[in-house]
Amino acid sequence: MATLAVTQLQLSHFRSHRRLSLELGGRPVAVYGPNGAGKTNLIEAVSLLSPGRGLRRASADELSRRPEALGWRIGATVTGPGGLHEIDTRAEAGRPRETRIDGKAMPQVALGRVVRMLWLVPSMDRLWIEGADGRRRFWDRMTMSFDPDHGEAVLAYEKAMRERNRLLKDMVRDPAWYGALEAQMADSGARIVAARQAALQRVMAAQEAAPTDFPISALSALSPEDDPADRSEDLADRLARGRARDMAAGRTLSGPHRADLGAVFTAKGVPAAQCSTGEQKALLISLILANARALAEDTGAAPVLLLDEVAAHLDEGRRAALFDELCALKAQTWMTGTGADLFTDLRDRAERLEVTERGGESVVTRHG
Amino acid sequence: MSEAPSDIEALIALMARLPGLGPRSARRAVLHLVKKRGQLLTPLAQAMARVGETARECLRCGNIGAADICEICRSEKRATGEICVVEDVADLWAMERGQAFRGRYHVLGGTLSALDAVGPEDLRIPQLIDRLAEENIREVILALNATVDGQTTAHYIAEQIEGTGIAVTSLAQGVPIGGELDYLDDGTIGAALRARKAF
Repeated sequence: MATLAVTQLQLSHFRSHRRLSLELGGRPVAVYGPNGAGKTNLIEAVSLLSPGRGLRRASADELSRRPEALGWRIGATVTGPGGLHEIDTRAEAGRPRETRIDGKAMPQVALGRVVRMLWLVPSMDRLWIEGADGRRRFWDRMTMSFDPDHGEAVLAYEKAMRERNRLLKDMVRDPAWYGALEAQMADSGARIVAARQAALQRVMAAQEAAPTDFPISALSALSPEDDPADRSEDLADRLARGRARDMAAGRTLSGPHRADLGAVFTAKGVPAAQCSTGEQKALLISLILANARALAEDTGAAPVLLLDEVAAHLDEGRRAALFDELCALKAQTWMTGTGADLFTDLRDRAERLEVTERGGESVVTRHG
Repeated sequence: MSEAPSDIEALIALMARLPGLGPRSARRAVLHLVKKRGQLLTPLAQAMARVGETARECLRCGNIGAADICEICRSEKRATGEICVVEDVADLWAMERGQAFRGRYHVLGGTLSALDAVGPEDLRIPQLIDRLAEENIREVILALNATVDGQTTAHYIAEQIEGTGIAVTSLAQGVPIGGELDYLDDGTIGAALRARKAF
């Protein structure tokens, strides 16, 4: 199986990294160093090789190194089943982010066709117990990894919904205008629902298709309790019938923007939200691994994985199992941790980067 | 101290507000005009003054011309019963360059956008509906951009016309002439495949 990997990475004025140039193979990358040295900044830069605002959901301005605030640049060479691609993404101070692929200016969604990427960060530890927004984002990233066009459908849906919400807030009563927007929402909404459902099925099938040391969960699409609409009804009809209710609320109450992702720990029959913290983390890791296995089967290469501070939360046995599964997947997995000892079990199967801080600047040293 | 006399600075500031020009390119353009005063600056100033004097919006279709009713709307040959709805005059001119359409046009002057506070009454949609009966229109061709706003406007107009017996069509979406499949995005390829026709 081919490997999808970032084989060259250059950073310029990106957060704590003033200048960095790395050459990498396709092996996992263990990034370690003390707190605040710039480890997560490094994998955040890698996350920006995929569409969106990266693993910290930061604005372009926030990514600029301080105090200079000159803007920033990430350059990368990515090799995979589709060949070699050069990515350049940057933002000058106060300007929006620009992306070039193989020298041509491209919209960010085009990155999804070049680099499939999944990540797990500590802020996701509370994914199952916090609001539905985070779970929906997680689900959409999972979906986009299978179907890069999913991002465009979500953007089109949200744009039409923002327009409709404005009409609702302004108490506009023009049925034709609502009808026109609802037709747009129904069209992109149907694509969103179908793609999300397909991704769920694909990940669930992949969970059961391979032996794993991580717990399996049953995933399902959930609707919010305050959306009593008949779900078999076409979305355009549902939106049309809900206009009065939506106008009273000042926003659209029905549609895929309110869907939620449910997970049940299969072995115990307990919803993920009621599992222990460690079990919740293990469920997430399990889903990421299943997603990666499914992508490897579908596309011929596992996605690039970014696992921030994942090793510290696993006992030694689970950690070794995770490393084994990642190596078997041939996934270029970027992992961070405070100490080199966390990655001992990887032995010579990984590249090791030590990140330290010197004079307000991150310094990356290679150790094998 | 300013680099150029204030009149020239004022001209540069005005030029920099034109689409496609920034402060640097405006400065270069103005410097070029000043150097070529006889060949360019004076004729350009005269041409701009003439256009400023004569250019007006066609009262019927919204095109830019030199009379209250533009040449296309005046021409009986263009009364084919087809009307092509476009967002902007630039789109009308693009269609005319193609010389493929011989009917009349209707320029909306924008697209519906609740966020930008552009409603149906801000566009020339009521005038379009009036024209349909007045000009015996049989087909309305919606040549609007394939964006959310463009397609929302297309849906809105189609709904206004529904029930009148007038055909409503839209431009096809797919492979451009001379285009290579390898360079097309997935959405365009999908649209082209759905709109395939017998060879």
